[in-house]
Amino acid sequence: MNIALSNLNLSKIAWLEPLVNIAKGEDVSGSLKTIIKSVGIPLAGILVFLMIWQGAASNINTSLGQFPGPGEVYTQSKGLIAEHIAERNKADAFYERQEVRNKARVEQDPNYVPKIRDYTGKPTYIDQIGTSLVTVLTGFVLASMLAIPLGIVIGLSANLYSAFNPIIQIFKPVSPLAWLPIVTMVVSAVYVSDDPMVPKSFVTSMITVMLCCLWPTVINTAVGVASIPKDLVNVSQVLSLNYFEHVRKIVIPASIPMVFTGLRLSLSIAWMVLIAAEMLAQNPGLGKFVWDEFQNGSSDSLGRIMVAVITIGLIGFLLDRLMLTLQRYVSWDKAATLR
Amino acid sequence: MRRSFMKSAIVLAAGLATLSSPLTSAVEYAEKEELKFGFIKLTDMAPLAVAYEKGFFEDEGLYVTLEAQANWKVLLDRVIDGQLDGAHMLAGQPLGATIGFGTKADIITAFSMDLNGNAITVSNDIWSQMKEYVPKDASGKPIHPIKADALKPVIDKYKAAGKPFNMGMVFPVSTHNYELRYWLAAGGINPGYYAPEKGDTSGQISADALLSVTPPPQMPSTMEAGTIYGYCVGEPWNQQAVFKGIGVPVITDYEIWKNNPEKVFGVSKAWAEKNPITHKKVVKAMIRAAEWLDANNNANRPEAVKILSKPNYVGADYDVIANSMTGTFEYEKGNKRSVPDFNVFFRYNATYPYYSDAIWYLTQMRRWGQISEAKSDDWYMDIAKQVYRPDIYAEAAKELIKEGKLKAKDFPDFATETGFKPPQTEFIDGITYDGSKPNAYLEKFKIGLKTGDKL
Repeated sequence: MNIALSNLNLSKIAWLEPLVNIAKGEDVSGSLKTIIKSVGIPLAGILVFLMIWQGAASNINTSLGQFPGPGEVYTQSKGLIAEHIAERNKADAFYERQEVRNKARVEQDPNYVPKIRDYTGKPTYIDQIGTSLVTVLTGFVLASMLAIPLGIVIGLSANLYSAFNPIIQIFKPVSPLAWLPIVTMVVSAVYVSDDPMVPKSFVTSMITVMLCCLWPTVINTAVGVASIPKDLVNVSQVLSLNYFEHVRKIVIPASIPMVFTGLRLSLSIAWMVLIAAEMLAQNPGLGKFVWDEFQNGSSDSLGRIMVAVITIGLIGFLLDRLMLTLQRYVSWDKAATLR
Repeated sequence: MRRSFMKSAIVLAAGLATLSSPLTSAVEYAEKEELKFGFIKLTDMAPLAVAYEKGFFEDEGLYVTLEAQANWKVLLDRVIDGQLDGAHMLAGQPLGATIGFGTKADIITAFSMDLNGNAITVSNDIWSQMKEYVPKDASGKPIHPIKADALKPVIDKYKAAGKPFNMGMVFPVSTHNYELRYWLAAGGINPGYYAPEKGDTSGQISADALLSVTPPPQMPSTMEAGTIYGYCVGEPWNQQAVFKGIGVPVITDYEIWKNNPEKVFGVSKAWAEKNPITHKKVVKAMIRAAEWLDANNNANRPEAVKILSKPNYVGADYDVIANSMTGTFEYEKGNKRSVPDFNVFFRYNATYPYYSDAIWYLTQMRRWGQISEAKSDDWYMDIAKQVYRPDIYAEAAKELIKEGKLKAKDFPDFATETGFKPPQTEFIDGITYDGSKPNAYLEKFKIGLKTGDKL
C-alpha cells in the first residue's frame, strides 16, 4: 500500500499531501491540522458569507420580489438543470419528426437528398455556458497568437519598444463597451457571406474579447524578453545563433514565466470582458442569459441571474487555476511561489 | 377525448384532400427551409410562438428559429440586412421603411398579427395628481375611458414650473407613438411634431408632452427610475407596472380606437420575391396559429400564456401575462375589468392585411410631420398597395381551405374584398375614419398638420 502510494507520487500533489500522510500513518495529528486549516477555515468563511447573504437578502425588496437568498438560488439552479433535460428531450422528438418527414419526402421525390437540420429550440443554460467558454477561449487564443510574437519582437529591441509603448498604453485601458460598437459595424461590413460558418454576433464578441485581453500578454512578454539575464544573451552571441534560433533557444525558454503571468492576466480579463460583450452583442452565452432574464422581469429572474453570477465566478476561478497549473508546469523556477 | 376525435377528423379530412387531388400535382416545397424570425418580448408575438410550439411551421416543412431582439431598430436592421428572414413588426415599420422615414428599405407584409393589445400607463405620482380631474361615478370610482383632459392640468402645472413632461413610447413609427399622440391630442395636449426635412426626428417641436423612445421591456424600470412619467406600450409591460406597484394604466388602445390593427409580420421585399412559396407557407402556419389562439372563445389562451411565460419568449410571470391575454385588464390595483377583446388574434379578420389600416398609419405619419409634405389620396393608396399584400394572404388562406384546415367562412370573401374596411367611427374623439379619403380625414383634427402646413 505504502509502496503503491509513493509510487503514484500522490504526495507531490499539494492538496493531497496531508491525506496521503494520514493514509501512510505518518504525522497524523499534524496532517489533520493541515486539513482543518486548508479546508475548515475556507469552509467557515463560506458559511459566514451564506449567512450574511441570507440575512441581507430577506431585507431587500425589489419590484421583482425579494432578493434571492442561497436557498432560492439553489432552487433556480435545479430548475435550470431540469429545463436543460426537458429541452434535450424536445430536441430528440424534433429529430425524430424530422426523420419521418424526410422519409416521406424521399418517397414523394426520390431525387431529394435528406438533410438533418439542427434543433431549432432555445439554447439551455448549460449550452450557454458552453458557448461562452468557446467564445472566450477562441478570443484568448487569437489574442495570445498575436500578443506573444509582438511582445517578443518589441522586447528584443529597445527602439521598437519605445515606438509601440505609447500605443499599448493608450489602448490598454479601453473598456470593451467602447470597442463594441466599432467592432460590430466593422464585422457587419467585412464579414459578409450567404452561409456564414459562425454567426456574426460570435465574431463580434470574440474580437472584442481579443482586443481587450491582448495587452497584458504583450506587456509581460516584452518585459520578460527585455530582462533576460545578460549571461544568456552572451552565450547566444558566443554560439553566434541567428535571430530565429536566438529566439527559439534562448528568448522563449527564458521568458516563459513572464509570458504566463501575462497570459493569466489576459485570460481573467477576457472572461470579464466576454460577459459584457455578450450582453451587448446579443451573442448567445452567459452574458445574454443575464440580460434576457433582466428583460423578462419575472419573479424568478433575480434568482436565475444570481445562479449566473455564481457560475461566472466559479468558471473564472477554474480558468485561473488552470492557467496557474500550466504556469507551474512550464516554469523552470519551481521554487518561486505563485498565487 | 373530444380533442382526439377532432384531431382524427382533421387527419381524415386531410387524407381525403390528398386522395382527391390529382396525383400529378407535386407537393410544393419551400425554397428556404431553415428560417430565423425575430420578435420583441411582447404578448402579441404569440402567433409566432404558437406556430412553433404547436408544430404549424413544421407541418409546412419549415424549420424555424425564433430569436428575441433587443429593440425595434435592431430588429428592422437585421431584417433589412438578411440576418433575419422575417420578424414581428410594428405596423408602421414596413410603411416607414418604404417611404424612407428612418432606414429606407422595401419591407412588405402579408399578415397582420393582432388587434389592440396596448395601453397607456402613468406613474403613481402622476395618477394621484390627475385623479382629481377624472370624472367619477356615484360610488367615487373613475369612469372609463379616462381622457387626456384629466392629464392636461397636470402637464400645465409642469410647464408652468418649467419642468419637461417626459413620456415613453417604443419607436417613432410605432402604433404606440400614434396611439399616445392620438390620446394626448384628443385631450388638447400637443405631443409635438417631426420635421425630418430639417433633420429634426425627435418629434418634440412645439410639444406639451415630450415623447421619446424606450424599448418595451425597459418601460417599467425606466418609469420606476423617474426618467419618464408615463408610457404607451404593449402587454405585459402595463400589467407589470400594476404588479410591481409602480404605475397605473389609464386607458387601453381598445378604448382609443376599437379594434385597431397592431403588429404585422414583415419580410423584406427581396426575400419575398426570392422565396414566394416559403413566404406563403409561413403565412399559412401563422394563420393557423392565430386561429388556434382565438378558437372556442379564447379556450386555448391559458395554454398560450404558459408558452409565452417561458424565458425564451416573453418570460414574464404567468399571472402578469394571463391578466390581459385571458380577457381581463387591471387598471388601478384591484380594479380588474373584463376586456374580452383586449388581444384579438383572429376574430374580425384580424390577420387580413387591410389597405385601410396601412393608410391610417400613413395619415398619422403625415399628421405629426414624419411625412413632411402633403400627399395626394392616390399616393396613400400606392404606398399601401406596395407594402400590404393581401394577395399573398389570400393564396395562403385558399390553400388552408383546400387542405381542410380552415373554412372559407373564417376569412373575408376574397372575390369581393376591396381591402378597405367601411368607415370606422369608434375613436375616442368621435372622428370618423374613411380609408379612401385620407386628406379629408386629416382636415378633421384640431391638432395636427393639414394640407397646406409645413414646418
